[in-house]
Amino acid sequence: MSATREAYVGRRIKRTEDPRLIQGLGQYVDDFRFADLQSVSILRSPHAHARVTSLDLSRARAAKGIIAVVSVADLDRARVGDVPCAAVLAGMKKSAHRPLATRKVRFVGEPVAAVVASSPEAARDAIDLVQVEYEPLPAAIDPEAALRPDAPLVHEELETNRAFDWSVTSGNVEAAFKSAAHVVSQRIVHQRLIPCSIEPRGAVAQYFPGDRQLTLYTSTQIPHLVRSMLAGAIGLPENHVRVVAPEVGGGFGSKLNFYAEEILLAFLAMQLAPRPVKWIESRRENFAATIHGRGQVGTIEGAVTTDGRLLGVRYRSIQDLGAYPQLLGPAIPTLTGLMACGCYKMDSILVEVTGVYTNQMSTDAYRGAGRPEATYQIERLMDIIADELRIDPIELRRRNMPHPEEFPFKTATGLTYDSGNYQQALDRALQIAGIQKLREEQRKQREQGKLIGIGLSCYAEICALGPSPAVPSGGWESATVRVEPSAKVTVLTGASPHGQGEETTFAQLAADFFGIGLEDISVKHGDTAEVQYGIGTFGSRNMALGGTAIVRAMERVLEKMKILARHLLGAPSNAAVTFSDGAFRGADKSIPFAEVAAAAHRAASIPDGFEPGLAATASFEPKNFTFPFGTHVCVVEVDRETGDVHFLRYVAVDDCGRAINPMLVDGQVHGGIAQSIGQALYEEAVYDEAGQLVTGELMDYAIPKAHQCPRFETDRTETPSDSNPLGVKGVGEAGTIGATPAIVNAVVDALEPFGVRHIDMPLKPEKIWRLMQKEGKR
Amino acid sequence: MKIALSVNSGRHEHEVEPRLLLVQYLRDVLGLTGTHVGCETGLCGACTVMLDGVAVKSCMVLAVQANGASVQTIEGLAQGAKLDPVQEGFWERHALQCGFCTPGMIIAARALLSRSPQPSEEEIRRGLEGNLCRCTGYQHIVEAIQHAAKQTSAAEQGRAS
Repeated sequence: MSATREAYVGRRIKRTEDPRLIQGLGQYVDDFRFADLQSVSILRSPHAHARVTSLDLSRARAAKGIIAVVSVADLDRARVGDVPCAAVLAGMKKSAHRPLATRKVRFVGEPVAAVVASSPEAARDAIDLVQVEYEPLPAAIDPEAALRPDAPLVHEELETNRAFDWSVTSGNVEAAFKSAAHVVSQRIVHQRLIPCSIEPRGAVAQYFPGDRQLTLYTSTQIPHLVRSMLAGAIGLPENHVRVVAPEVGGGFGSKLNFYAEEILLAFLAMQLAPRPVKWIESRRENFAATIHGRGQVGTIEGAVTTDGRLLGVRYRSIQDLGAYPQLLGPAIPTLTGLMACGCYKMDSILVEVTGVYTNQMSTDAYRGAGRPEATYQIERLMDIIADELRIDPIELRRRNMPHPEEFPFKTATGLTYDSGNYQQALDRALQIAGIQKLREEQRKQREQGKLIGIGLSCYAEICALGPSPAVPSGGWESATVRVEPSAKVTVLTGASPHGQGEETTFAQLAADFFGIGLEDISVKHGDTAEVQYGIGTFGSRNMALGGTAIVRAMERVLEKMKILARHLLGAPSNAAVTFSDGAFRGADKSIPFAEVAAAAHRAASIPDGFEPGLAATASFEPKNFTFPFGTHVCVVEVDRETGDVHFLRYVAVDDCGRAINPMLVDGQVHGGIAQSIGQALYEEAVYDEAGQLVTGELMDYAIPKAHQCPRFETDRTETPSDSNPLGVKGVGEAGTIGATPAIVNAVVDALEPFGVRHIDMPLKPEKIWRLMQKEGKR
Repeated sequence: MKIALSVNSGRHEHEVEPRLLLVQYLRDVLGLTGTHVGCETGLCGACTVMLDGVAVKSCMVLAVQANGASVQTIEGLAQGAKLDPVQEGFWERHALQCGFCTPGMIIAARALLSRSPQPSEEEIRRGLEGNLCRCTGYQHIVEAIQHAAKQTSAAEQGRAS
């Protein structure tokens, strides 16, 4: 490694991805050009729950310019498989999820038939010619009501809407609650959210029967997993399927999935070979038929001593799964359960989760995936305890936090938190916020009738998903590193970055390792024909796992280069060769990196047994997760007249272990907080009683705009993880985990003059205004 | 219908269907795929282009309405190898992640700076009201536009002196 020039790692390096993206040269799925491209449009259910009494495709099939019209009968004939769920919990009830509806439709937006035409307009027009008769049925919408014996059954053959019961417990919870000086309880609603990546989903498929080769371009976070599942669903050998995730315009978990449309496109491509077929999701489809997030409702209870020490926590919840369990849906509330302790010590815990089918779109991993729920409820609980016991909320948190010397720290739910210094992050956040002055200011402003609130959230989350036993696909990651004949370095990563910036951060690792420039490195990802098998991008895992795999591959290549250098330097086989400042050095001579790279490929002079070429593939299987943490402080003013929430300050101190590129870390934190602002204040996927999606467009579903976000004051503490040699923890989801409770705690604090103890999200002005009217009249 | 217009300084004439949207014309007819479609309802702003110097959502404009007009897309913003100060700012300040909203966001920012060369932070945030970004939380976008404003004013002062 170079000692003479400044290392790239740890610096605010501009992204290598950006030149193409800021000039409109990025290639997203919709941007590829194909000859003879056919367009696919999908007929979707207008009902939340209905029997399909007849389905007549004949008029559509006869229409001019229509290439094909298919229903589930066509899929059945071709033995096309189901949409898979990889997280079927023990004892879970589940029925088949066909890519097109069978004799029943179970949510608004469920695909019923697909039409192929020569243009998107013609395909859309032909949808109207498909004749479907429905017999509408009562719908199960509210997940709690769906558990009642008289509820309409989403899947009649299961004889219940209850999909599973899952629990985790330790210690004597009952005794804790019996002996506790105080018991505090709060019902918590984690409303359904729509991930809303700005690029909707989309796919292009093409099949060449000669060599039985199928290619699927799809906007996904997990190209290799999609390849495996697609091969299974359409009955092709996995090595005859190529999946390409090109530029992906945001995912946030919604593209960590495998969808009916991907199977359909592959099926249609095989039917119409070699003509390529394309489907681009409309925004309305994206809202109705791409997974939703959250959708959990529960009650959290805390048993505490008089001085606020947690003896036990109980959380019973219901997870709204939607109509079908998508890829990982049932696993999401189990992450909530495992992280239910937050960043606190407690003697006992009991988490019980019931998964319920409803006539709505499936819920699954949306940025944070189960951890925002865990953090939100424990941080709301801490504030409520503080309020009831009249203990300073900061002090209450301190009393329950493990100290740095207690790490690795085993939680009541059985996880082992790798490393942490929660007090340091808390202190830093309070110092930046200037908590004493803030509180004085709040007191003064309150005297003048202003509703100022200060909210705090301390969090610990779980990242680098993660040891393989915990992840259905396997939780490792892969890398291939090639030093090319010209000494340029190619990195192939099994991770699938889609905005996080790993083309840059992975290149930073490689540039430092080989002592070359960023411009000498090319990071490739997303194409299964180019990149070795890997897992993909989710659970804030890219750097911890993908980055470590790259380091391992680089070490192997370097070892090989040392062997060759020793030979080229004419040194004896036991002589030490080191690599520094771009050259391999023996006792008295050195040879540049580039010369060794060329010699390894020219192979004119190599030692015995040396295999020409310089490439190595490695993978990294972690021993443990990583557990990032931090403290967020939010200051708001609530408008007495309108109930509107204005941000006055937002301070975030996050510890994601070692930061490879602090500028990108800031970017991840900012984006996550913005999504938290959405959840806390504006966003909610609303279905009416009949199961119609009321928030079906951006007009009705409000994701935050620029003027609704404050200026974030971010800082970091750096507590390295020992779960990976880079010491990194991951930061992709921290913002969505730490911020939501800080915002809600701030608003509840602002409403203290009205005696408000809790409000369910989203904290819309109307909701707050009504509360102020009601409470004000007391 | 026949239309003739200028796009990024090039002249184009085409026979188009009256229902063809400007964004489809740019993407499908001219192959300028830097302009993205995010909602087709004028709400997300990913398709923002400059039409006779004014930022418009090209999914809300018919191609025939652009007849005789001058259109500028993200592809036409840089002067050869020299990036526009807004593009520079976006790169410099990490104002993009997935990049999908970026072309529309940059065009909207360019239009904002044309109207108001030294905007306040509040003006920038309000000025971006029609453009949604789900990745960045907007702070770096605001900084990028401030960066561009500063660069432009420095360049102008350089010319003046």
